[in-house]
Amino acid sequence: MSVIANTKMRVSDEQSMLLDVAREFCRDKSPIDRVRAELETETGFDAAVWQEMVNLGWTGIALPESAGGSGLGIGAVVPVVESMGRAMLGTPLISTTLAGQLIVRAGGEEMWGDLVAQVAAGSVATIALLDSADWGETRITCELDSDNRLSGTKTFVADAGVAEHLLVVAQRGGEPVVVHLTADQLPEGAIHQHTLIDQTKRSARVSLEGIVVEASQVLAGAAVVDAIRDVRLLGALLVAAEATGSAASCLDTTVDYLKTRKQFGKLIGSYQALKHPAVDILCDVDSARSFVYHAATLVSDTSLGSDAETACRMAKAQASDTLDYAGDRAVQFHGGMGFTYECDAQLYIRRAQWSRQQWGDAQHHRKHLARLLLDAKR
Amino acid sequence: MTASQNELEAFRAEVSAWMAENKPADPGFLLPQSFMEVSNEQQLEFLREWQHKIWSAGYLGMHWPKEYGGRGMDAVYQSIADQEMRRHDVPIVFNVIGLGWAGPLINHMGTEEEKQRYLKGILSAEDIWCQGFSEPDHGSDLGNAQTRAVRDGEEYVINGSKIWTTMGNYAKYMILLARTNPNTERKYDGLSFFLSPMQADGIETRPIRKITGEYGFTETFFTDARIPASCLMGEEGQGWKIAMQTLQYERGAQAGAAGGLQFVNIVIDDMISQLADVRRDGEAVLDDAVVRDELVKLIMAEKAVTLGDKRSSIPALSSDYPFSLALSHKLRWTEYTRQMRQFAINLQGASGALYVGDDEARQGGFWQRAYFNSFSATIGGGTSQVQANIIAEHVLGLPK
Ligand SMILES: Cc1cc2nc3c(=O)[nH]c(=O)nc-3n(C[C@H](O)[C@H](O)[C@H](O)COP(=O)(O)OP(=O)(O)OC[C@H]3O[C@@H](n4cnc5c(N)ncnc54)[C@H](O)[C@@H]3O)c2cc1C
Repeated sequence: MSVIANTKMRVSDEQSMLLDVAREFCRDKSPIDRVRAELETETGFDAAVWQEMVNLGWTGIALPESAGGSGLGIGAVVPVVESMGRAMLGTPLISTTLAGQLIVRAGGEEMWGDLVAQVAAGSVATIALLDSADWGETRITCELDSDNRLSGTKTFVADAGVAEHLLVVAQRGGEPVVVHLTADQLPEGAIHQHTLIDQTKRSARVSLEGIVVEASQVLAGAAVVDAIRDVRLLGALLVAAEATGSAASCLDTTVDYLKTRKQFGKLIGSYQALKHPAVDILCDVDSARSFVYHAATLVSDTSLGSDAETACRMAKAQASDTLDYAGDRAVQFHGGMGFTYECDAQLYIRRAQWSRQQWGDAQHHRKHLARLLLDAKR
Repeated sequence: MTASQNELEAFRAEVSAWMAENKPADPGFLLPQSFMEVSNEQQLEFLREWQHKIWSAGYLGMHWPKEYGGRGMDAVYQSIADQEMRRHDVPIVFNVIGLGWAGPLINHMGTEEEKQRYLKGILSAEDIWCQGFSEPDHGSDLGNAQTRAVRDGEEYVINGSKIWTTMGNYAKYMILLARTNPNTERKYDGLSFFLSPMQADGIETRPIRKITGEYGFTETFFTDARIPASCLMGEEGQGWKIAMQTLQYERGAQAGAAGGLQFVNIVIDDMISQLADVRRDGEAVLDDAVVRDELVKLIMAEKAVTLGDKRSSIPALSSDYPFSLALSHKLRWTEYTRQMRQFAINLQGASGALYVGDDEARQGGFWQRAYFNSFSATIGGGTSQVQANIIAEHVLGLPK
């Protein structure tokens, strides 16, 4: 068997339609001046735009029809998120989508049917996963004791400030559990906002110390283990899709400048020292898009197999590196202008630092890919 | 009429059986990994016989018209035959300039007479073709080619020299780009395209030794060489347009090639499967974290090109920069190939320094030779740097 193995790529009519609609929506609702207008607001997004996205059904794309979703699968969220990345449109769509995935994949639909329906209908939800800055750590520190009392602090909880629901990944006697908290269960001061490098994003440290929950707020069992693993991969995929979109518009921004700025009597885009890296970025964006849609083809509602895992990891490894390079060169190729806050290159280079670490950086995923691809045959 | 799945499967089984039966035994000498490496008569006769055999069996030029030596079938049959050839790892077809470039060109825009005269010999391997585009002083700047063709009655008189002529010393015909008018305003407009004989007074070839130590291309000198005026393809002044059409075939951006295995496809699996017994710093090389990271990068580079080819056929996913994937394929694949082969040598420890001919060289120096030969594709057919210019200008719209 070849290490290249599965190379499937398909686009459903729904995905293709979502891509068209989302592209146009994001272009209209999130021109760069609107993006900038949200940089220093508390939530980082325009509530009216978010409501429109909810009305379009985007929070329910991957949730079952029984809960009011469209049941199109997580692969159908990819074109939407890619379009958001392209327009640098924030909003808690990724957080909410992943939280929904964690619940249904962990088998929570039965016990938490209402919650799933609320999430599908646009209640903001997020996963509190990390106990430290190490995305690769799989041991869980945060504990739920036998009296259903939580201890510990979660960090880098995306959109915690606006979330109505927190899905906390904790351990009870060493077994992973998912604890559902509503925002009103968090004591005053539990949320400490991070100051993020990417001002279009929001995340926070959340102290769970001493919060007591009902037994009905705890989901345990074998499915939880798989669900956490799968959500890590889906998180990588969605951030990869978003980063790919951002890298494409970053490239467009750079190319526009190369076509207008003159030095030494010539457009700077005629200099190969700038031209050829622009082509490298184009090729990298092409690769990232290919991996992202390949992964979108392979992810399903059931537990992810090794082909899907490989695809998600490749997508993230490629997209992180691509946006990193695109953002870095965008600053350099704008000269002094590139060093200013006013230049849009800053938005992309900042986004690159955010995307890179989210759900594991390129090296992290390549390390796992090496295990998947190189050790299987030995 | 499209063939049914059953028909295609039956055909695949038929080709597969034929290949298994007829795949030549190891000849005991080094075989070329591509058509640019035919360096002696022994290899030439072996490959000529092999191509003739495949064609006689009906597995070459299947979608070319019957009256010119093809079988007039749907192209899908040829692609199945090609897949089976690859799977059975049979020798390459070597008359590639004919099969892949000149042939499709003649099929596409040649006169009836040209088709009658040339196509069958291309398929049967009777007539070997070469390409006379590059000149010593004009390579990337092909539009500036200065070899002169002057009309004299029913002949053209050719003067000048071409270089890097793959199989120039074996070829019967050349696709020749020459200047019929040195005084045009645009350099491109003075060029004309010829289907020229190679056996004529005043045409001489001098083999050039390659980086691998082997032979494979020549310098080709024209000294008052006279060729029939009927060799002109199209009209005077159309040479550049026709040459660009030829390059479309050469770079794989346009279909029409007769098929067959044109080069030994060396992929990442070939490299990884070689590594089982290789050690580095006292442990298995496949346990080395840095090596593992590099290998995954290479696997991803190969896979990205394959996925890109898939994506380019999905309109919803390839409309942003419509020609990006097609135009970048050559650049990406050839650069990846070069890096992969270079890394393969890097993994051999001290053995990386051995070369073809040393009895301890890993796989007989396969990777060393393959690495050197990879430059034929990053330089030939338009260098990677020139490809990058083309993509920058045509896809991103950057200024010249
Ligand atoms: C194995 C092999 C087989 C070949 N077979 C044939 C054949 O059968 N027939 C034939 O006609 N030709 C053949 N060629 C020739 C090939 O097409 C030329 O070598 C190629 O087009 C480059 O031209 P050059 O060698 O003159 O290099 P140059 O054009 O002199 O290039 C030298 C360097 O400068 C760079 N460069 C040149 N122009 C630019 C630019 N505008 N921007 C940036 N960088 C630039 C190039 O990338 C290269 O790195 C073959 C070449 C090889 C290696």
